[in-house]
Amino acid sequence: MTTATQPAARTVSAPSGAPGGLRIRDLSVTFQVGKDQTVRALDHVNLDIAEDDFVVALGASGCGKTTLLSCLAGFLKPTAGEILLHGHGVAGPGRDRGVVFQKHALFPWLNVIDNASFGLKMAGVDKRRRYEVAREKLRLVGLDQFADAPIWRLSGGMLQRVGLARVLANDPDIMLMDEPLGALDAFTRESMQELILQVWNATGKMAFFITHEVEEALFMATRLIVMSPRPGRIVHEYETEFSRRYVAGEPARAIKSSPDFIRLREEILNVIHATQ
Amino acid sequence: MSSTPHSEAAAPARRFSLRALLGLKSDGGPVAGEGGSTAVISTISTLALIALWWIASHMRWVPPIFLPTPEAVIQRFVETLFEPYGETTLLGHTMASLFRVFSAFLLACVTAIPVGIAMGISRVARGIFDPPIEFYRPLPPLAYLPLIVIWFGIGELSKVILIYLAIFAPLALSARAGVRSVTAEQLNAARSMGASRSQTVFHVILHAALPEILTGMRIGMGFGWTTLVAAEMVAATEGLGQMVLNASNFLVTDVVIMGILVIGIIALAIDLGMRWIERRMVPWKGRV
Repeated sequence: MTTATQPAARTVSAPSGAPGGLRIRDLSVTFQVGKDQTVRALDHVNLDIAEDDFVVALGASGCGKTTLLSCLAGFLKPTAGEILLHGHGVAGPGRDRGVVFQKHALFPWLNVIDNASFGLKMAGVDKRRRYEVAREKLRLVGLDQFADAPIWRLSGGMLQRVGLARVLANDPDIMLMDEPLGALDAFTRESMQELILQVWNATGKMAFFITHEVEEALFMATRLIVMSPRPGRIVHEYETEFSRRYVAGEPARAIKSSPDFIRLREEILNVIHATQ
Repeated sequence: MSSTPHSEAAAPARRFSLRALLGLKSDGGPVAGEGGSTAVISTISTLALIALWWIASHMRWVPPIFLPTPEAVIQRFVETLFEPYGETTLLGHTMASLFRVFSAFLLACVTAIPVGIAMGISRVARGIFDPPIEFYRPLPPLAYLPLIVIWFGIGELSKVILIYLAIFAPLALSARAGVRSVTAEQLNAARSMGASRSQTVFHVILHAALPEILTGMRIGMGFGWTTLVAAEMVAATEGLGQMVLNASNFLVTDVVIMGILVIGIIALAIDLGMRWIERRMVPWKGRV
């Protein structure tokens, strides 16, 4: 924990040759819902995520944000368009894109550390080494005391921290988070927001985060995209500084109650209501 | 006013000790249904049944040839422990029956579980195995017993096969249902952590299916034990079912009742044992 709270220097690895970051080009997804009825879940979405970006997708349910994340993760094949990670096309799920799920999706038959080191085990890393890595990541999320605990003894917030640790253990290029805090109570939620930003800052990974909470979106994002439904598309983009201010040491509550934060929050709420 | 907190504090403590006195579990979590254990009620009802039996037999409401006294049955039980009834002693009959049921059970485990998992994973396997299983599953074992005798004779093999078939269907269907209890998110999580298809099967699906498989094993064991008497109807010289059938032919009712009780108690013991194994192997069942 203590290592994560320090706004440490970010280790941004510049990829050699290939254009860095993640590029989404003209991404469209059409679902067949009836015999000859289709729904346009995503309509020509374009988005660039830079090396040090924390992108938050905000929108009401049905706006396609989870569809977008599924495409990025490779769970869903887009109808049209392409996704390039460091210049390489994304086809199917892979270790370079870690996913934190809304309903943790951990494996209850494994204890905390075996959950956290699952990806390394699949990659054939020997037990000593993978426990070493997993322990380090558990320390990062403040769960090293619980390494041997069965996961069904953990609270909702702790489960999501295990989910975060298992993604980090795989050392992905980007963390994809699908409303990971949606099921948590308000207090746990705030501390988890801060923890995720600390982890993002400490590891220097790209992040793509979904939420329907305006305040959460605004606090966590470096880039905030507002999405609207039917068809799912990006209607607004904001560059914000709040998360960088937080990792630079400003208290979370001070940021969330500052006038510029509140002004932008109201503006975004108006945008969302206008596009419903 | 001042006495109210006292009585409030005392009441739960008294209830707690009363529960402990009656041998009720007080350390458990929330209990299903109305809440509270039924152990006391069940014990009373069981004792009442035995008392009714004792009275009915001693008062000669029913002639002893139809309903022997509990003492006579217990005496018969002790006797057959040491002296053979038919070919062997009670222990011999019990071992013969257990051997048949457990051989059939093991055979079912190594075949039905892989078949069920294959059915859960693959459309092709589902297409192949669904019709035969769904057809024979509702048949009473006695209906296909003659065919098994024609094919496999009257030896040990046909008995084991009959019991095996009784266990196979519920076990295969449980394994198949177990595969479906893995969530889409868990599969996606495994794939995004780099698991290959076979790794997903062995490290995720099999584990996720384990609670259902264990339940299927318990239910299958129950079906197998139920089929035992039918299996031992054909040319058996030993076995609990055979012992009961043989005794009924000669109207030795105390052996019939004793045999039924032994079969029932063993079935209960197996069921409790399997539940214990379930709790040990899948402590996470229903919790996450």
